[in-house]
Amino acid sequence: MQDQEVIREFIVESYENLSRLDQELVELEQRPKDKELLTSIFRTIHTIKGTCGFLAFSTLEKITHQAESLLSRLRDGQCELDSNIVSLILETVDATRKVLASIEATSEEGPEQFDSLTERLRAAVTGSDARQTGPAPMPSVESEATSPAPAAGSGGDRSSGVEAPKPESDAAKSSAIADANIRVGVGLLDNLMDLVGELVLARNQILQFNSEREDPALNATAQRLNLITSELQEGVMKTRMQPIGTIWNKLPRVVRDMAQALGKQIQLEMDGAETELDRTIIEAIKDPLVHLVRNSCDHGIEAPDIRSSKGKPAAGKLLLRAYHEGGQVNIEISDDGGGIDVASVRRKAIEKGMLRPEQVEKLSDRETLNLIFQPGFSTAQKVTTVSGRGVGMDVVKSHIERIGGVVDIVSQPGQGTTVKLKIPLTLAIIPGLVITSGGERFVIPQVSLLELIRLESGSSEKRIEHVHGTPVYRRRGTLLPIAHLNQVLDLNSHAQNDATNIIVLQAEDRQFGLVVDGINDTQEIVVKPLSKQLKGLSIYAGSTIMGDGRVALILDVLGIGQRSGVLSEIREQSRAAADQRTEILAEQKQRMLLFRTGSFDRLAVPLSLVSRLEEFPWDSIEKAGDTQVVQYRGRILSLLSLREILCPGDHKDKSEAQHIQVIVFSDGENSIGIVVDQILDVVEEAINIREKSTRKGLLGSAVLGGLVTDILDLNSILRSSGAGWFNGRGSEAGKRVLVASKSPFLRGLIHCSLDMAGHRVSEAGDLDETIRLLEMQPVDIVLTELDLSPRGGGELLSAVRARQEWQMLPVIGLMNPNRRANASSASTPGFSELVDIADPEAILQSVARLDSDAPIALDVERMARQER
Amino acid sequence: MLNENTSSAGTENHAVSQFSTFFVGDLFFGVDVLRVQEVLLFQQMTRVPLAPNVIEGLINLRGQIVTAIDMRRLLRLPDRATGQAPMNMVLRTEDGPVSLLVDEIGDVVDLDPGSFERPPQNVDPAGRELIRGVYKLKDRLMLVLDVEQTVDLVAERIS
Repeated sequence: MQDQEVIREFIVESYENLSRLDQELVELEQRPKDKELLTSIFRTIHTIKGTCGFLAFSTLEKITHQAESLLSRLRDGQCELDSNIVSLILETVDATRKVLASIEATSEEGPEQFDSLTERLRAAVTGSDARQTGPAPMPSVESEATSPAPAAGSGGDRSSGVEAPKPESDAAKSSAIADANIRVGVGLLDNLMDLVGELVLARNQILQFNSEREDPALNATAQRLNLITSELQEGVMKTRMQPIGTIWNKLPRVVRDMAQALGKQIQLEMDGAETELDRTIIEAIKDPLVHLVRNSCDHGIEAPDIRSSKGKPAAGKLLLRAYHEGGQVNIEISDDGGGIDVASVRRKAIEKGMLRPEQVEKLSDRETLNLIFQPGFSTAQKVTTVSGRGVGMDVVKSHIERIGGVVDIVSQPGQGTTVKLKIPLTLAIIPGLVITSGGERFVIPQVSLLELIRLESGSSEKRIEHVHGTPVYRRRGTLLPIAHLNQVLDLNSHAQNDATNIIVLQAEDRQFGLVVDGINDTQEIVVKPLSKQLKGLSIYAGSTIMGDGRVALILDVLGIGQRSGVLSEIREQSRAAADQRTEILAEQKQRMLLFRTGSFDRLAVPLSLVSRLEEFPWDSIEKAGDTQVVQYRGRILSLLSLREILCPGDHKDKSEAQHIQVIVFSDGENSIGIVVDQILDVVEEAINIREKSTRKGLLGSAVLGGLVTDILDLNSILRSSGAGWFNGRGSEAGKRVLVASKSPFLRGLIHCSLDMAGHRVSEAGDLDETIRLLEMQPVDIVLTELDLSPRGGGELLSAVRARQEWQMLPVIGLMNPNRRANASSASTPGFSELVDIADPEAILQSVARLDSDAPIALDVERMARQER
Repeated sequence: MLNENTSSAGTENHAVSQFSTFFVGDLFFGVDVLRVQEVLLFQQMTRVPLAPNVIEGLINLRGQIVTAIDMRRLLRLPDRATGQAPMNMVLRTEDGPVSLLVDEIGDVVDLDPGSFERPPQNVDPAGRELIRGVYKLKDRLMLVLDVEQTVDLVAERIS
C-alpha cells in the first residue's frame, strides 16, 4: 500500500516537474548563458532520476541518467548548448512522460526501451563536439515521431508515433490522479486562516452580546455559530499543518533500497514523526531531507566489514529526530558512520580549485565542513547513479535557506555525522504562555518554559538574593540568574504586586528566571513573523493575534536572556561537559575564609592561600608613597583596601572601628595585607560555583554555608593593586606554568596560588587548547588534571611526549582524591609527579622542585622512554 | 531608455498620475493611489517595547499584523497635540502592508507629469531621503513619498 502511495506521489510530482521543464528548456534555448536556469533544469532531472532509482524504474533511470550527464557537462561548461541538445532533452522529457503514463496505467514501465534516445544522449555526452552528433539524430527524432514540437505545446502534441500510447487515455489518467489532489496556493490558505481568525473574533463578540440578553432565538443561533466557527477554525488549521511523518514515510524504503544497492546494513530510527510542521515547510524540506538521508547512507555509514573492524555493530544506525525548540523546528539526521574526513575535504577543495592551499590552511575544522555545502562539491570517490555528482548538499542548503532556515553539520571522525536543520516556525501554531508586564501582554513559547515559581510577598524580598547587584534565586540549591522583564523591555513598573512571578526559562543549554507582573494562561497561538521594520529586534520571535483581536508580541527567550545579560557569557561547553564540571566541583571540598566588606556581605577566599589574619589599630597605619602600610614583624606590610577595589567611591567613615581587620597573604618573601570590614567564619564545603563573575576582583559566586557567597579573585586583585607584588621579580624567579583543567574555577584557584608564588601562569580548558598554548609560548611546567580529556590525562601526556621539543617538559598530574576513576590513569607512567588537586601547597612545592633543566628532568625523559 | 537620468522617476510619472494625498504637520504628501490599500481611523495598537520611537505599534488589520509608522517622528517633527488622533494610511509594500500615521487625509489628485521636479537640494535631510520629487500644484507643492525608502529607513534605524 505504501509503495502505491509513493509511486502515486512520484507521478504527480514528476508531471509537475516535467511541465516546468518544458518551459524552462525553451527559455534556456533563448538564454543559453543562464546558469541558474541550467542548474534548475539539472536538479529537476536529478530528482526524477534519483526517485526512479529507488522505485526501481530502470528504463526511466537509464534515460534520465544520460540526460543528467549531458546537463552536467553543460553546467561545467564542457560543451556548448545548442538546439540539438535542447531537442534531445525535450525528447527525454517526452519519453519520461510516456513511461510515466505507462506506470500510471499498469504500474510498469512498459516494453519500450528508448535505446535510440539513450544512445544519442550518450553520444552527445561522450562526443568531444556535441555538434557532431547533431545531424545524425535529427532524422531519427522525426522517424521516432517524438518531434521537437511538444516543446512549444503541451503533451497533447505527441499524437503520432508507432510506439506511443494513446494520448487521450494518457491525459485522462493523469488528470484522474490530479483530481484526487488539489494543490491550493498557500496564499489562499493564509487568507482563509486570517478570515477564520476574524470570524472567531466576531463570534466572541456575538457570544458576549448574547450573554447580556435573554433571547432564546439569538442564544440558539449564537451556540450554532460558536460550534461551526470552532470546527471551521480547526479544519482550516488542519489544512496547513502536517506531521513530518508524512514525508518520513517514504524514507524506510529509500534507506532499504540504498542499503541493498550499496551492500550495507542500515537501521533507520525515527523520533518525533508526529511533530507538526506547516505545509509550506514540509514541502520545502522534503527534497533536502531525502538528499541528506541518501548522503548518510552512501557516504556516512560504512560497509559492514569496515564497521566490524572498527568495533562497531555491523548494522549502521541512521537516526531522524524532529522536535520544536526555541520557536523553531529542529530536524536532525545523524548516522554513526565514519564521519567526514576533514583532510579529504580540504584536499578536495584545492583540487576543485575552490580555494588556494594557503586559504584552506586557515580554515577551522568547522569552516572546512561547511565547504561541502558549496555547489559542485562532492567527496565521493566515484560518480554513481546514487550520488556523487556534486549536487545535493548545495541544494539542501539553498532549499533550507530559502525558507529562512539554517543547516549545520557536526562530524566526529569515526563516530558519525549529524546534520541539523533549524527551521523557523513561520505560521506554525504553537502553545504559548500569555503573560503581562508593564501593562502589555506578551507570549512566551511553551517549549522554552521549564516551570513557574510564585513567591508570596513577605518572603519574596528575602528569596530573590543579590550577588553584587545581580538578582539570583536559589532554586533547589542552585543559583538561577533572574531578569526582570519590565527592566529588560524598559517598561514602566506597575503597582507593587503581592507576589513575585518567576518564569523559569531554558535558552539553548542554560536556564534563567524571568520576573513578570502577571501570568495569564496558556493558549495555542498562530505565530506571525514580524515585519521587516522589526526584524532587527532580537528580543521578539514574532507576533500573534489574541482572542480579543489585539496584537501580542512573542518573546524570543534567547534574545531576552542575552539582552538582560543573564546569558551574556559565551557558552564554553556542551551541557554534558557542563554537568561534568559541576560534578567535579561538587566533590571538591575546600576550606574557605568568609569575610565582609562594604556592600559585599559575604565574600570568601580559599584558606590555603591565607597566611595570617591580623588586626591593626588605626593609628598604626602609615603612608609610604600613595600606599598605606603598617609595620609588621619587623617588615613593612602594604595594605590594600578591598572596599576601594570592589566598590570604588564607597567611602565609609573610617574612624568607626578602633581596629582594622587584615588578611595577610604571603609567599614567604613578600607579604600583602588586604583590609576587610569583618572576618566572619571558616567553612569547609564543596564549592559549587554557579555563576562566573564578569566583575573584576571576583571569580564568581557560590552557595557556602547555605548563603550566596562571592569568591574573591585574589590574582586579579593583587595584579590590579600595583602594590608591587609582582614587580621586582625577575622573569627567572618564576616559572612559566601552564594549568590545564576543565574547570575554570579550579584553574583560577591554582592560577592564583601559583601567581602569588611568582610564577607566570597560563590556563587551558582542554587538550587542544593546551597543545595550542604550548605551541605558542615557551612553558616550563605543565599541570594537568588527570581527567582532562575523556581518555584521561595520559592523552595529554602522550601528545606532549610525541613532540621532540617537549620530551623534557615536566608534566605534573593533578589527582582528585575523591575520584576512584583516577586510580587507573594515576598509574600511567610518564607523569613527572602526581599531586593532590586540592592541596595548593603541594602543588607549589612540586612546581618549585621541578625544572626542565634540573636532574629530575632526566627521570622524566627516562620515564618517557619507558613508556614508549 | 531615451533619458537615462530621469528614467526611474520619469517612467513612473507617465504611468502614474493619480495621487492619494495626506498632511503631516505643514507638509503635503502624495503617494501613488494604487499603493494605498485603505485608510482607517486611529486604531488600538500594541506597543513594541525597545523599538525606535517612529514605530508606534502593531495593528490587527483583519488578521494581518501591520506595523504603524509615525510620520511625524520619522520626519523629526514635534508630536501631535494631545487629542489629535492620527489617521492610518495603509500602503502596500514589497513586504506586506505598512501603516503610516498621518495628521489628515487629503483628496486624490490627478497630476500632470510635466509639473514634476526632483527634490530641491536644500530640503531638510530628515525628509529628503523619503521624497522622490515634488509636484508643483497651483497653490502648493506636493511631495511624492518614496514608500519603499520610507520602510527601509525604519528598518535601518533598528539594526
